[in-house]
Amino acid sequence: MGSSGLRRTIEGIGGRPRWRLSAGAFSAVAVLVTAGCGSSATPAASASPKPVIIGLITKTDANPFFVKMRQGAEREALLKGAVLMTGAGKDSSDAAGEVTALENMVSAGAKAILITPDSAGVTAAVKKARSQGVLVIALDSPTDPVDAADALFATDNKKAGQLIGQYAKAAEAGKTGIKIALFDEAPGSTVGKLRHDGFLLGYGIADGDPQIVCVANGGGNQTDSQTQMENCLTKDPGINVVYTINEPSAFGVYKALQNRGKQNGVLIVSVDGGCTGVGGVKDGRIAATSQQYPLNMAKLGVDAGVDFALNGKRVSGYTDTGVTLISDKPVSGVDSKDTTFGLANCWG
Amino acid sequence: MSAVAARVPVLEARGLVKHYGVVTALDGADFDLYPGEILALIGDNGAGKSTLIKALSGAIVPDRGEIFLNGTPVHFRNPLEARRNGIETVYQDLALAPALDIAENLFLGRELRRRDIIGIVLRVTDRPRMLREARAHIADLKINVGSMKQSVETLSGGQRQGVAVARAAAFASRVVIMDEPTAALGVRESGMVLDLIREVRARGTPVVLISHNMPQVFEIADRLHVMRLGRRVATITPASHSMTEAVALMTGAASSQGPTKG
Amino acid sequence: MLARLRWTEFGRDPGAAIARARLISTLGPLIALLLASIFFSIRTDRFLTTENLSLITQQVAVVGVLAIGQTLIILTAGVDLSCGAVMAFGTIVMTKLAVTHGVNPFLAIALGIGVCLGFGVLNGLLVTVLRLPPFIVTLGTLNIAFALTHITSNEETIANLPDPVVFFGNTFRFAGTTITYGSVLAVALTLITWFVLTKTVGGRHVYATGNNPDAARLAGVRTRRVLLAVYATAGLLYGIAALVLVGRTGVGDPQAGQSANLDSITAVVVGGTSLFGGRGSVLGTLVGTLIVGIFRNGLQLLGVAAIYQFLITGVLVILAVAVDQLSRRRQA
Repeated sequence: MGSSGLRRTIEGIGGRPRWRLSAGAFSAVAVLVTAGCGSSATPAASASPKPVIIGLITKTDANPFFVKMRQGAEREALLKGAVLMTGAGKDSSDAAGEVTALENMVSAGAKAILITPDSAGVTAAVKKARSQGVLVIALDSPTDPVDAADALFATDNKKAGQLIGQYAKAAEAGKTGIKIALFDEAPGSTVGKLRHDGFLLGYGIADGDPQIVCVANGGGNQTDSQTQMENCLTKDPGINVVYTINEPSAFGVYKALQNRGKQNGVLIVSVDGGCTGVGGVKDGRIAATSQQYPLNMAKLGVDAGVDFALNGKRVSGYTDTGVTLISDKPVSGVDSKDTTFGLANCWG
Repeated sequence: MSAVAARVPVLEARGLVKHYGVVTALDGADFDLYPGEILALIGDNGAGKSTLIKALSGAIVPDRGEIFLNGTPVHFRNPLEARRNGIETVYQDLALAPALDIAENLFLGRELRRRDIIGIVLRVTDRPRMLREARAHIADLKINVGSMKQSVETLSGGQRQGVAVARAAAFASRVVIMDEPTAALGVRESGMVLDLIREVRARGTPVVLISHNMPQVFEIADRLHVMRLGRRVATITPASHSMTEAVALMTGAASSQGPTKG
Repeated sequence: MLARLRWTEFGRDPGAAIARARLISTLGPLIALLLASIFFSIRTDRFLTTENLSLITQQVAVVGVLAIGQTLIILTAGVDLSCGAVMAFGTIVMTKLAVTHGVNPFLAIALGIGVCLGFGVLNGLLVTVLRLPPFIVTLGTLNIAFALTHITSNEETIANLPDPVVFFGNTFRFAGTTITYGSVLAVALTLITWFVLTKTVGGRHVYATGNNPDAARLAGVRTRRVLLAVYATAGLLYGIAALVLVGRTGVGDPQAGQSANLDSITAVVVGGTSLFGGRGSVLGTLVGTLIVGIFRNGLQLLGVAAIYQFLITGVLVILAVAVDQLSRRRQA
């Protein structure tokens, strides 16, 4: 759960008041204990001025992306002298779990709450929290409607998809017989739809295009994606471009191709930019990935929350936390950075 | 009476006590069963009949009191121990596993294993021998069911009871206990089961029978053990008492100590 | 002699009806498998190829092994929600030990399987000693195993596994196609379990305990010991499933197996085993696993959207349970 990393950071900071250190350690333990759903608070032991409480609610605790986001928030909270409460849904569609965590945090006196909303199921609770004077910032994906929250700090997921779509188009320029497979996450995923649509936009085709020979739900994980890619290859062995929702999915696709000895002729593009994923770009399994910055989202969110609590300054609107195309085989017309940059800025 | 008293009871209990929380199911109950007899256990609901036979068959352990088998004290901690001592019980509803076939039910808990190496090491059952012996046991009691491979759920209520009795009779070296064996049956099927009970007695095994059906009890039993409020209040015979008198003893309307009180 | 005549009068009619119902629940899954195969063969020429059939066997191997353990538990009228999470934890233990901690790969495998066995024993003890309902017990251990998986893996996929750990993903040529050792293992384990369940004393006691636990106990079957053995064996099988999974994906994946509990229950139920215990066969489960696998594969080949695959799986489950229920109702 990264508690050792946290402690290293604390030591690196040095000279901080003692309670923060213990709060940090407690926080890591408390998160362990309440992994699942609900929320946990760092006890504000012996703090002289009443510390600012910031809440962070992630879709799930079982996904490196959100774990890194939480760790980034914990670090930033330590730096700013705020207390971070964390909570998570049971899985990516557990809106009820998120709502519970949100309500508990409001009760606990959180001044600002950062949430990665699962669906419209959290909207009412978000509005209610705001009516009670709490600043609510959506991270990673928008609330539905987007203005239900005060502000949105997120990757432009459509742009992330668009970048790899443009990349794939440019990389395959002039070739004929293009056959595309699309690996989505799961039916009903907002982020999944944005990336999917972005990819098609970047590639310059639409759903139902004859070049798309297989559309699969890999669940965003390696095991299911491998199975689905095997079936896609049976359906059409000539697949040569694969869009994947994230890097674990890309690795599952690669494994299926490898089992068939076809890994060399196929271009795989993905989204996320996790360290393992960028490693996959470096060793050639993935051609390009759109890197996003969850640590940055968390940092900006905590900063805005503290600013609101102390100075009453309310952020609003959309803040793009940035997305960068990472590839070691740049193509003309699409800006990209190499894996050295990617590994220096990756998140997990 | 003196002839009976001179013999050692096959199964005997003295002063059995069993509490379930604040409820006293057995309150110093005595019990005697003599060789070659059919003993009926009668009493009103809650008199302690079922608890008594559960204690005798090892299904429960009494809080106090002693049980003797052929004059020797025994302490059954579970039904298996009672069975190992030759006491077989036919339970009212719990007797059989309906999805298993007749042979499997007959040998449930004491399956015959192959005598070769895979029987010993892998505990592989000897199915042909079980089918053969099951057929013999069933025929022995003149029960006619089709195949031993038939699952018990395909049998009528009477046939099921027949299988349950056959199982008890086949393995009981000392005592067969039956809890309401005819309760769920029609008149004709009840008659068949009563024949079966006589058949078991004829083969030399004494039978303890719980029943609510007074005419049946008076038709088949050699002696009647009357229970009330967790105790034996009388031991009578169909000759010594009428049905009305027996019911009076059960309900406490009469407090006569029976003539054969032992 | 009179008695002899009278006994024969009873039990004819219910017997015939039940025999018919039993035949349906035994042959039903097999017929469904055949119909599904014929349907997909007609609809797409890519279905009935040696290569695709080989793929299906690879795809169902993991759930197939899990479903053997699930069958044992369902035969005792229980259910195990923890199987997928326990398996996932097993994969992380064996891969993490072998890769990160440099433990001898065979020892790492043994420890990974051992951890799953431990979970099985824990489930069994909670069910038999504390007498808690299996649904609740395994819901608890599901969450525990899930949490341990993510804590120990630190959310990272473990790659670069030593050869012995991924052995069951290796293939050999057979009848013009490739078969993985994992698929062979799944079939072998099914056959062994079938033998134990049908031919041995212990196996028959599993059926008796599931069918009528009170009757079994009173007949001298040590039902608690039987239950404990069933849960422990299931845990062991989950450990073996973990090894097959690692072989298939080539990595230790903390995200794996999250829907495997429901998949395995589906396979068992579609295979004709009764959720009420005591009725069913592990061979049916193998057929059920194949049915579910064939539907997933076939519908994907037809380009049916994933959401409809869920829909069809749902219909299959209800159909299977309805057949089971009907066959029970006729006997009553």
